[in-house]
Formats: sequence, structure tokens, C-alpha cells
Amino acid sequence: MASKRYAQVNEYCVACGSCTKVCPLSAIAIWKGVFAQIDEKLCVGCGKCTQECPAGAIQLKNREVPK
Amino acid sequence: MKKQKHWYDYLWIVTPIYLGLGFFNILFAWLGMIFFCLPLFIAIFGGGKLYCNRYCDRGQFLHLLGGRLGLSRNKPTPNWMRSKAFRYGFLIFFFAMFFQMLYTTWLVGSGAENLRQVVKLFWTFKLPWHWAYHGTAVASWVAQFAFGFYSMMLTSTLIGLIVMALYKPRSWCVFCPMGTTTQLICSARAGKNAIKSSKATTCSACTGCSQTKENPHA
Repeated sequence: MASKRYAQVNEYCVACGSCTKVCPLSAIAIWKGVFAQIDEKLCVGCGKCTQECPAGAIQLKNREVPK
Repeated sequence: MKKQKHWYDYLWIVTPIYLGLGFFNILFAWLGMIFFCLPLFIAIFGGGKLYCNRYCDRGQFLHLLGGRLGLSRNKPTPNWMRSKAFRYGFLIFFFAMFFQMLYTTWLVGSGAENLRQVVKLFWTFKLPWHWAYHGTAVASWVAQFAFGFYSMMLTSTLIGLIVMALYKPRSWCVFCPMGTTTQLICSARAGKNAIKSSKATTCSACTGCSQTKENPHA
């Protein structure tokens, strides 16, 4: 079952890669050196990346419930 | 699960070694050109921000001090510091100072000015550094460039340490001129359309949904 929350990256991302190092599920990759991309299916919303990100570019969001 | 350590996870040691060597012989400052050129080459030849992500000694050093040793307050980086205006402004300022340093090197090389055996901290405060220069084995402009480059490296490391202590361990990375430059190169290489299409991702926020939605990057 998917977790209730997942991490999302905003426009402040500087692609430093701090988040990729702390993600326990390796759900984050840097897309062509431009920004971090999070695999929302893999993300369990643990929030480690949000704490680590120096740019404050990652936020946790609630998953939408399918209708 | 603990992630496997690689040789490049120990590159943080390069920062104290580099700054230490410059204390004994300023000509070692030339080694800093590696940190200057390598990220640019990697970005230009399609390696993305691999340097920042994997090999940046300063990033690792700040993470070690601020994260593992707990020397950072771990407070959010202020909004103004992470704004595009500040990032690009600092980039322009940093490169302006770099080219001014190159101009001084040229003046010394052409004989218009004498070699200044000082390290300039924060582009303002002159610290005597004559003990790290041992004579005339190299041309005076070579030594002048070394003093200038070492000043830049020491100043940026100190700024990194200050923001590390005040905010997040790697707050320096937010406005690091090399990081900003390589991100600009990578964006230019990727192209606007590719960036836009990569941001429109398949919705996986909810399970079993196949709709597409705009990523908040857009």
C-alpha cells in the first residue's frame, strides 16, 4: 500500500544532490543536472530529503485518494 | 540500510589539505584550478552536475561539519538567499572579482605593479601571507595568481562555513557560483522543451491513476 505522503520538488532546487544521498529508497535522481526528480511511487514520505535540502526545495504532500 | 561507501565519499579531506598547503606554499593554490575547471568540463560534456552530486570536496566537508559533527543550527536557508536574484547576483559578483584578480595578475606580469604577498579575505581585508612565498623560482605573475586564487578559495570556504553554521550544512551549495554555472550549462544543454516535458509527469501521487499532471516545477 502506498504511503499517505510523498515528497515533491519545487523551483528552488539547485540540483546539489544532497537529497539523493539521504533517501533510504533511492527514489531521487538528478535529472540532467537541472533539478531533482522524485519517483513518487517509490517515495514513502519519510521526510529525510526535506530536512537535508539546503534550498528548502522539497515539500511533503498528501496523496490524493482516487475517486 | 547503510549505503556502501565509495572512494569519492572521502573527498572532503581535499578541502583542509588544500587550505593547509596554501599556508606553507602559496603556489599550491594553482591546484584549485581543478575545482574550477572540472565541474565546467563535466557539465559541458554531458555529465550534468556529477561534480556537485558526487565529487565536490567542499560540499562533503560542509556536510561533515554541519551534519555529522552537528556544527550547524540546521535552520532553513532564508528566502532571499535561495532566490534567483541573489544566486545570479552572487555569480556575477564572484566572476567580476575573478576577472579583477586576473587583471591584477596581468598587471604584475607586465611589470606595471609589484607582487603583493597578501591574501585578501572577503575581497577587503588584506592578511600578510609572505611566509608562504619562497622566492623567485617562478614568474611573479604565477605567484600573484596563486595569492589571488587562494584568497578566493579561502573566502568562499569561510562564507560556506558561516552559512553552514547559521543555516543548513550545505547552504553554500544554494548560491555556489560553480553550482549555479553548471546548472545553467545543464539547463542550456537539456533545452527548454525537454525540461518542460520532463516536468509534465505521469501522475503517481495517487495509486492507480494514469492522468498526467503538471509537476510543480512548471
